[in-house]
Amino acid sequence: MTTLTVNGKEVTVDLDPDTPLLWVLRDELRLTGTKFGCGVAQCGACTVMLDGMPRRSCITPISTAEGSEVTTIEGMQGPEVTAVQAAWAGIDVPQCGWCQSGQVMSATALLQMVPSPTDEDIDNAMAGNVCRCATYVRIREAIHTAAKTLEG
Amino acid sequence: MTTQTNGFKATRRGFLAGGAGLTLALMLPLARGRAMAETAAPFAPNAFIRIGTDDTVTVLIKHIEMGQGPYTGLSTLVAEELDADWGQMRAEAAPGNDKLYANLAFGAQGTGGSTAMANSYMQMRKAGATARAMLVAAAAAEWGVPAGEITVSKGVIAHAASGKSSGFGALSQAAATMEMPADPPVKDPSGFTLIGTDRPRLDTVAKSNGTAQFTMDVYRDGMLTVLVAHPPKFGATVASLDDKAALAIAGVEMVRQISSGVAVYATSTFAAMKGRDALGITWDDSKAETRSSAELYDMLSTEAKTGGRVVEESGDLAALSAAATLHEAEFRFPYLAHAPMEPLDAVIEVKAGKAEMWFGSQFPTFDKPTAAAALGIKPEDVSINVLLAGGSFGRRAQGSAHLAAEVAEIAKAAGRDGCFKLVWTREDDLRGGYYRPITVHRLKAGLDADGALVGWENTIANQSIMAGTPMAAMMKDGMDSTSYEGAYALPYKMGAHRIGWAQAQSPVPVLWWRSVGHTHTAYAVEVFLDELLEKAGKDPVQGRLDLLTPEATRERGVIEAVAKLAGWKGRTADGKGYGIAMAKSFGTYVAEIVEVEDQNGFPKVTRVWCAVDCGVAVNPNIIRAQMEGGIGYALGTALFNEITLEPGGTVAQGNFDSYRMLRIHEMPAVQVEVITSTADPTGVGEPGVPPLAPALANAWRALTGKATYQLPFAAAVA
Repeated sequence: MTTLTVNGKEVTVDLDPDTPLLWVLRDELRLTGTKFGCGVAQCGACTVMLDGMPRRSCITPISTAEGSEVTTIEGMQGPEVTAVQAAWAGIDVPQCGWCQSGQVMSATALLQMVPSPTDEDIDNAMAGNVCRCATYVRIREAIHTAAKTLEG
Repeated sequence: MTTQTNGFKATRRGFLAGGAGLTLALMLPLARGRAMAETAAPFAPNAFIRIGTDDTVTVLIKHIEMGQGPYTGLSTLVAEELDADWGQMRAEAAPGNDKLYANLAFGAQGTGGSTAMANSYMQMRKAGATARAMLVAAAAAEWGVPAGEITVSKGVIAHAASGKSSGFGALSQAAATMEMPADPPVKDPSGFTLIGTDRPRLDTVAKSNGTAQFTMDVYRDGMLTVLVAHPPKFGATVASLDDKAALAIAGVEMVRQISSGVAVYATSTFAAMKGRDALGITWDDSKAETRSSAELYDMLSTEAKTGGRVVEESGDLAALSAAATLHEAEFRFPYLAHAPMEPLDAVIEVKAGKAEMWFGSQFPTFDKPTAAAALGIKPEDVSINVLLAGGSFGRRAQGSAHLAAEVAEIAKAAGRDGCFKLVWTREDDLRGGYYRPITVHRLKAGLDADGALVGWENTIANQSIMAGTPMAAMMKDGMDSTSYEGAYALPYKMGAHRIGWAQAQSPVPVLWWRSVGHTHTAYAVEVFLDELLEKAGKDPVQGRLDLLTPEATRERGVIEAVAKLAGWKGRTADGKGYGIAMAKSFGTYVAEIVEVEDQNGFPKVTRVWCAVDCGVAVNPNIIRAQMEGGIGYALGTALFNEITLEPGGTVAQGNFDSYRMLRIHEMPAVQVEVITSTADPTGVGEPGVPPLAPALANAWRALTGKATYQLPFAAAVA
């Protein structure tokens, strides 16, 4: 039995302890905003917040999340994610959309830590998130826009 | 455990909520899928538009939304002729139905060849105009005023003299009773208010907050998740199977042999993965491809030397013997995987002899009968719900309908009714074939003393994409134009020329990959031409313009535009290399200029300029996005990607660590100019791709003097 908090609610699951958090979120909790892209932490589509830090849920065994607070795209709240999503909509970042939950999670985590990121900060924070549609030009622009919004 | 929020239920909820005042689309039944196929009227416009009493206008989109923008683009066409307000527009996928939702370019339901906008342009405008005429007729009847005095603007129907006005919703029920006009007039382009302007996409918000519903997000009661062990070599089959260890894993319910391999059915994805890992399978390789990529290249090179069958021939190539400058080269292009971010997946539910499917079906016309045949039921007993696809780039456009066949076989092999979700992992995707064909081009050309082309010879050797699939019906005399499109009917003054194609055979399945034949033909043609221009001492931009035929006005337009946009100064400046390439594909003309730096012996692309002429620019926002994305997709591929067969025939790559994607720090700045045009619109999903790699190779050669005859750069430079 593993007990963790997901989007503010305590959840107990009885699963193989090596089950990746990704599949617990999707198959058990039906939180499908978190996506499967590679299964080996190479693409970032499965990014969630684990105790406030971005984490690849596809390689995070459920056993290591015992007692942790997990936030998925569905549970994200606060000025940073609001600014990021508004900026995403403002210039239509997504194309196919599959990777974008992960992009939004990583971008939000970046702005929580670095309110006014440089291009280099963006490269460092976002290089783990693959977008096969290559929406990178707009991701970069939207993060700068979100940062400006947060500055007020 | 929690409330199900799968695609089907969410969609149906939305459907019913909006459908309470269902009016204009009176011939559309409330149920999706199979009911529609039987009862919907054949009159097309009504199959596309639904207007609710809440004023929302929902457009049923007959083309799969995989990122390229048809939800927004086709809705724009309807909104324009309906004089709707953009804020009231909604888009929803049309279900699988050949009759109502055929691609007019194919005569069958499917998306591909960048045809979505081109084939829908008049059809969707007419649909909008029909709806508008019926709303106006309803207003005229209700207000007792002449229809000719009624105006419609931004979703408001008004009669100035009487001061009466209404939204669409309040009149929608009355509109449904009006006579349908046979041929409603559409606007003159000078009257467009939406077409030609930037508009936000209709699917952005749902794709930014995790609520967009894709195939893998479908969960249904009692559903089992299924993974299939495919043979490690193409063409191999199961020789023996030991499933004891797999069945001992908690959550694994069944193991079945199907034609594509061994299917493991489990109550969760992770259990299915573990079960598959525990299978003991020996494979029969007697009919498998066992040659390596190196051996395949040698075979293709030999084939190319034969000259192949004639694709296009003009003049006497003996002229080459008198050429002042003669140049020859062989180009090699690897197998490529599409690698959409959402790997292949499909859900099927079989109940009492009928099947319902949910997936990113790009060719419903092939998927439906193929699934029916595998299940042993009639095609009309299969319904397909087309869901958003997490990318495709050609991968879901299957003439063979192999994914639909696989999931249907899984359902059949279960031996009972039930719901099954087939999931491919990334390894399944990269090792699963259906690649862009491995290809060799062999070119020879000569210039006279003035630098004009006197002769040009190109032989292409590769596998046919269409042969052996239902698409073979499109082949003429055994010739598959997708193998060499872009290598013939060139816009340049070629002199004597001969283009040939040698068809190669292999059990490795191949498929169209974003821009298909142009992925290699644009590279071979535009790189080889650039080398010839260099030998003749000509500038790459002016040299191309000089070689263009007088008829090639749109090619000339994009070359001149991109040169101006980039401030073209020549092949090198300030330690950077510059290269240009131009390609017409799927009716759209694109020229790109690449700026490259030498980063420790490997190209670093810093800026790309792009000019695109796709006729009427329905939504420049989406056109720019497709050019930006196409450039990034092509760049990552040119730099890093190849699927290679090892000696023995197994695939060397397995995941994104060995099949490397372009990442944000490698993405250049991109500037796009959309040419203003009144020509009918053509597609933009693919045409941004072809010019990038040759422009990069030309820039890299300008900077370093090194020619690149084999892709990717990572293999050539290493």
